[in-house]
Amino acid sequence: MRVIIVGAGQVGSSIAASLSQDHDVVVIDIDSERVESLTYSLDVLPVEGDGTDVETLEGVDVTDADMVIASTDDDETNIVTAGTAKTLGDAFTIARVKSPKYLDAWERSKGAFGVDFMVCTDLLAAKSIVGIIGLPTALDVDMFADGLVQMTEFEIPADSPVANQTIKEADRFDSLTFAAIIRDDAVLIPRGDTVIEAGDDIVAIGSPDSMRGFSSAIAPQEEGPTEVVIVGGGEIGYQTALLLDERGLKSTIIEKDEDRARWLAEQLPNSTVINGDATDQELLETENVGLADALVAALENDQQNLLATLLAKRMGTSRTIAITNNGDFADLFETVGVDVAVSPREATAEEITRFTRARRAENVSIIDGDRAEVIELEIDAESVLVDRPIRDSTADLPEGVVIGAITRDGRLITPRGDTVVEVGDHVVVFTDTGVVSEVTEKL
Amino acid sequence: MRVDWRTSASLVGTVLKSLTIPLVAMVLVAVWYGEQVEPFAIPAAVTFAAGLGLERFDRGDLGLREAYLMVAVTWLAIAFVGALPFVIAGEGALAQPINAMFEATSGITTTGATVIESFDAHGRTIHLWRATLQWLGGLGILVLAVAVLSQISVGGAQLMETETQTENVTKLTPRIEETARLLGAIYLGLTALMVVTLLGLRAVGLAPNVGIYEAVAHAFTAISTAGFSPEPLSIGAYSPAVQWATIPFMFVGATNFVLLYFLLKGDFGRLRDSEEFRFYLGVVLGLSALTAGFLITDQQFQGIEPVARHALFQVVSIVTTTGYATVDFDLWSPAAKHMLFLGMFVGGMAGSTTCSIKALRWLVVVKSFRRDLFTEVHPDAIRPVRVSGRVVDEETIRDIYGYVLLSLIIFAVFTVFIITDTTRSATVVGEFDAMGAAASTFLNIGPAFGAAGPYGTYNVFPETTKVAMIVLMWVGRIEIIPVLVLLTPAYWRS
Repeated sequence: MRVIIVGAGQVGSSIAASLSQDHDVVVIDIDSERVESLTYSLDVLPVEGDGTDVETLEGVDVTDADMVIASTDDDETNIVTAGTAKTLGDAFTIARVKSPKYLDAWERSKGAFGVDFMVCTDLLAAKSIVGIIGLPTALDVDMFADGLVQMTEFEIPADSPVANQTIKEADRFDSLTFAAIIRDDAVLIPRGDTVIEAGDDIVAIGSPDSMRGFSSAIAPQEEGPTEVVIVGGGEIGYQTALLLDERGLKSTIIEKDEDRARWLAEQLPNSTVINGDATDQELLETENVGLADALVAALENDQQNLLATLLAKRMGTSRTIAITNNGDFADLFETVGVDVAVSPREATAEEITRFTRARRAENVSIIDGDRAEVIELEIDAESVLVDRPIRDSTADLPEGVVIGAITRDGRLITPRGDTVVEVGDHVVVFTDTGVVSEVTEKL
Repeated sequence: MRVDWRTSASLVGTVLKSLTIPLVAMVLVAVWYGEQVEPFAIPAAVTFAAGLGLERFDRGDLGLREAYLMVAVTWLAIAFVGALPFVIAGEGALAQPINAMFEATSGITTTGATVIESFDAHGRTIHLWRATLQWLGGLGILVLAVAVLSQISVGGAQLMETETQTENVTKLTPRIEETARLLGAIYLGLTALMVVTLLGLRAVGLAPNVGIYEAVAHAFTAISTAGFSPEPLSIGAYSPAVQWATIPFMFVGATNFVLLYFLLKGDFGRLRDSEEFRFYLGVVLGLSALTAGFLITDQQFQGIEPVARHALFQVVSIVTTTGYATVDFDLWSPAAKHMLFLGMFVGGMAGSTTCSIKALRWLVVVKSFRRDLFTEVHPDAIRPVRVSGRVVDEETIRDIYGYVLLSLIIFAVFTVFIITDTTRSATVVGEFDAMGAAASTFLNIGPAFGAAGPYGTYNVFPETTKVAMIVLMWVGRIEIIPVLVLLTPAYWRS
């Protein structure tokens, strides 16, 4: 596949890096230094130029491209780039936007602006933060099948009653499937007699209700959060507060810029907005941040986020979630004491990656770096699953694959050995990264 | 740029000229009742000529300064013209020019304080003229508040902006004149509805002493929340059914007319979401309940119905700034009387015909004070004050604090003035009665306590006090600021 990526910022180059192994990738950027550095770091064709310019696009044969990904830092540029590419050729266009207002307009008529798919980075990040806040033991949360199915990566703490139970003992939930256990960098496919150990990460797929149920089984003493502090009132912070408000959770936002703080206060009637520096310990003390159930650090840069979360952690905040713009820092953050590191870039990459597959997945969630994936696929007549019980079809699937959930006509079906899959069903599947293409082909 | 007084004068001329219409109507009424025609024919001619003369001034653009001047002068000029019939008729206490001016000002400012000594001394046409002045005053304030004040940013105007941004008056229709006409139509419709209601009650035998004259005279002064009545006993002269029927009309008269407009269109959500309405309703019901409680302990009335009726009627009458009475509440116990005294300072909703400080201002004061308590605990918190979900900007909050403070100061100083002035002229007025009279005139309510009670007369006050009251009724009605602005040197300089 021939992919043109416009904008070689953090998101753009990260997508370029992951695509360059299997596809022909052209990267356009207006900044000559960035273009030059790409030349040496990635196996892509870097071109200096303006993505909204017809000549630039024609220069890279946009007419022959299969996909154009507009991923500059500027929303309007991305939309215009996608629109321009659409008028020149027939490539699938993806535009990344920061502001949800464009997504809102686009969702009213998909395909508007010549954009085939629009992804809102900040909104994705906010959704994932809110999902994680809602489940006190979750490391990662992703929604599938229009919210019917939820994938959650749980962390088992040492004192958890679930630790040392077998999967069979722990599985008290009807609509929940244990897809995988990640233990010391290895991915295990759990059997009924597999014993859960403290420190394991468990990937579960099922209904959002069962996820909440399992979460309280893991940590019965943890109640749902009631007080959430958000430091940094940028777009992510704002969207997080909005989503929390929709769930009836009150948040306190700490924002440094006075005008922005005032704007936030006017937009968010149910939130408390504090105008101050979140890395100022005195302020955090006056606002009793230590008593908060969760703190989300969504400041401008990773260093500040780390500082703010570590300060809060030391003051006693139960749970800290930090945004990291550099996906590589996620592990590091979690090692030094941040409970969960959320990378908006990774969330965006997940959204965009699914379009680059031979067969388009409805949704993709990348587990633990790039070790495994959870994907949602629509079943067609050629699928190995069709018209027979899952018990029989598993033999035709590679190792490291678990069918986590099935949805049919807007209902969730929990897959058991005797479940028969029909054409048109959506299946949510956990798969080892190594076998992704084989799995998507067979299903 | 200096104030272009010619433009203001010209506009006042137009208003005066249109005042000829009600005066001519009064001439016809006088002919119908076989009463004197001159008290209305002469002022009609005078005001038409004066209006025509003033209109000849060059009319430029109506700027902020010109609008202040126009608003201030118009109310005075109408009061002056309105006083002429009383003087020319030469009957009773109203024959005396200062009394006539007091009565006319009390009429056009929708106050309802009267200097009449004997109601029988005056003909039906004169009583109807009193009612008409109030009806015009109510219509005038509605159009002024809605159409003019929302354009120029004065106290009341910012109110309109903050409180009614969705209900933004100017956005009812794209054109101001159209909006004013719409609200005028609602006003007219409500007046007609009240006339029909009262006549309907008569038709079913519940209101034996209400004729078309009584129905019109009271409809004119209820919707305008003004309160003149041709009866010395006010609404107390009529059956309980009439008294109950009058309550909702006073209440609606003090409800934001823009909300009424949406209500007529079937949009109930705005009324439900209006915090100001809830506040207004809460004050009325709360004060009524307290008053009823005091009336029960005082054993003033027998049975639940009279207690409920008199408590609710008096409270609605005072809070909406109407000033009717069904009973001489001056005879009530101090506790019950003080409930009414408290109600005087509240007022109805902005954007209505009500006077006083208004529910919206109190709501903003309460909310902003609560916000200040919150920021005591969270010194760095930014917490905008919201009314009905909309943010009130800080400058408006400051203006509202200023307005409330200014009102209370004027009230206090005026009370002191009344006491000293009456002492000087050897009239005996008690402390509470002086406070009541000061609040009742300055906040445009009407009756007070003591001699100036609902069944009393303001004629007991010395001339000087009456003149001061005339000025303060005028100042209070046009929301203080336009008058004070005219008194600043900066206004007259370029």
